[in-house]
Amino acid sequence: MVIYGVALLAGCFLAGMFLGDLLGVILGVDANVGGVGIAMLFLILISDALIKRGRLKPVTRDGVVFWSAIYIPVIVAMAARQNVVAALDGGFMAFVAGSLAVVVCFVLVPVISRMGGVGEPLPTLDRGDEG
Amino acid sequence: MSALETLSSVLVSNGLITAFAFVGVVIWLSYLVSNKLTGGRIHGSAIAILAGLALAWVGGAVTGGSAGLADISVLTGVGFMGGGMLRDFTIVATAFGVNFDEIRRAGLSAALSLVAGVLGSFVVGALVAYAFGYTDAVSITTIGAGAATYIVGPVTGSAIGASSDVIALSIAAGLVKSMMVMTGTPFVAKAIGLDNAKSAMVFGGLMGTTSGVAGGLAATDKRLVPYGAMTATFYTGLGCLLGPSILYFAVRALVG
Repeated sequence: MVIYGVALLAGCFLAGMFLGDLLGVILGVDANVGGVGIAMLFLILISDALIKRGRLKPVTRDGVVFWSAIYIPVIVAMAARQNVVAALDGGFMAFVAGSLAVVVCFVLVPVISRMGGVGEPLPTLDRGDEG
Repeated sequence: MSALETLSSVLVSNGLITAFAFVGVVIWLSYLVSNKLTGGRIHGSAIAILAGLALAWVGGAVTGGSAGLADISVLTGVGFMGGGMLRDFTIVATAFGVNFDEIRRAGLSAALSLVAGVLGSFVVGALVAYAFGYTDAVSITTIGAGAATYIVGPVTGSAIGASSDVIALSIAAGLVKSMMVMTGTPFVAKAIGLDNAKSAMVFGGLMGTTSGVAGGLAATDKRLVPYGAMTATFYTGLGCLLGPSILYFAVRALVG
């Protein structure tokens, strides 16, 4: 059933968030440390184990795949609720600080990702194939 | 009650559903623009995210609120749809089908990118603050932390006792960063080799802003999203850890 997939995703999400908050408390910081990342690891490992045992039916997968496909619309909504006015009103200094940081980090991407060998590019994708 | 009032009350009381319909139309128009006006050269999702930011500006300018389009009463559902809960839930969902070995292989570079990302943004932000005439350690640290993310800035600022206008500046710097990453990534993706799982993980660790990374990678290639998001999610925590402690002490030692 589709709800099994959604529930699996929800369970991984909540477990990750819980551990991320707990990690924040342990480290003494007022933030969730890696909750989303931990949840992703749970989902990857659990779904992989279930698929190998043939326990993840296609309908169940649909319960996860739907939320993955709705990701870009959610990101568009996220963009539409940003405080763009505040970012533009922050003045020239905020603009310089923010954008210069981005430029420096862009430049560092190839420097660090080349360490220990370049990764394999993803296969080219038919653009019509997106969610 | 007029028909228009009835319509608006239906839209308001069914906010999330209204948001689904609204975002659907925005995306449809964006792909139309992408195909017809740019011949598919600028990705439809990149245009949709830009359109979202432009609409957010309109919403903020019209209402004077801080939640962009979501401050317009019939579109409050956009705020829920694009809020942290659904954003993080769908990001986790993108990890479905990801190859665990890819993540393990890139683990060391990803960890390195997190440290380099926090330090790099902080140093740049702190130098800019200094160049603009801030000489006290608290303000320099807070603005530097804001250049990391718009959460690290205020968390650090409140911890070390920065003034509220400096904290506002640090949030603005973080917002600028997040929006630059969202809109700039598809244009530099090729030049910085952003076409594989490893570089996406490094990218997430260097940029750190969850919304920026999520939007930027979505506009570049959706398959890169889980890898970038995976590392980016550790960034804000690391920044909140280092900002008010080591980084503040280092700045204080330098400027006295």
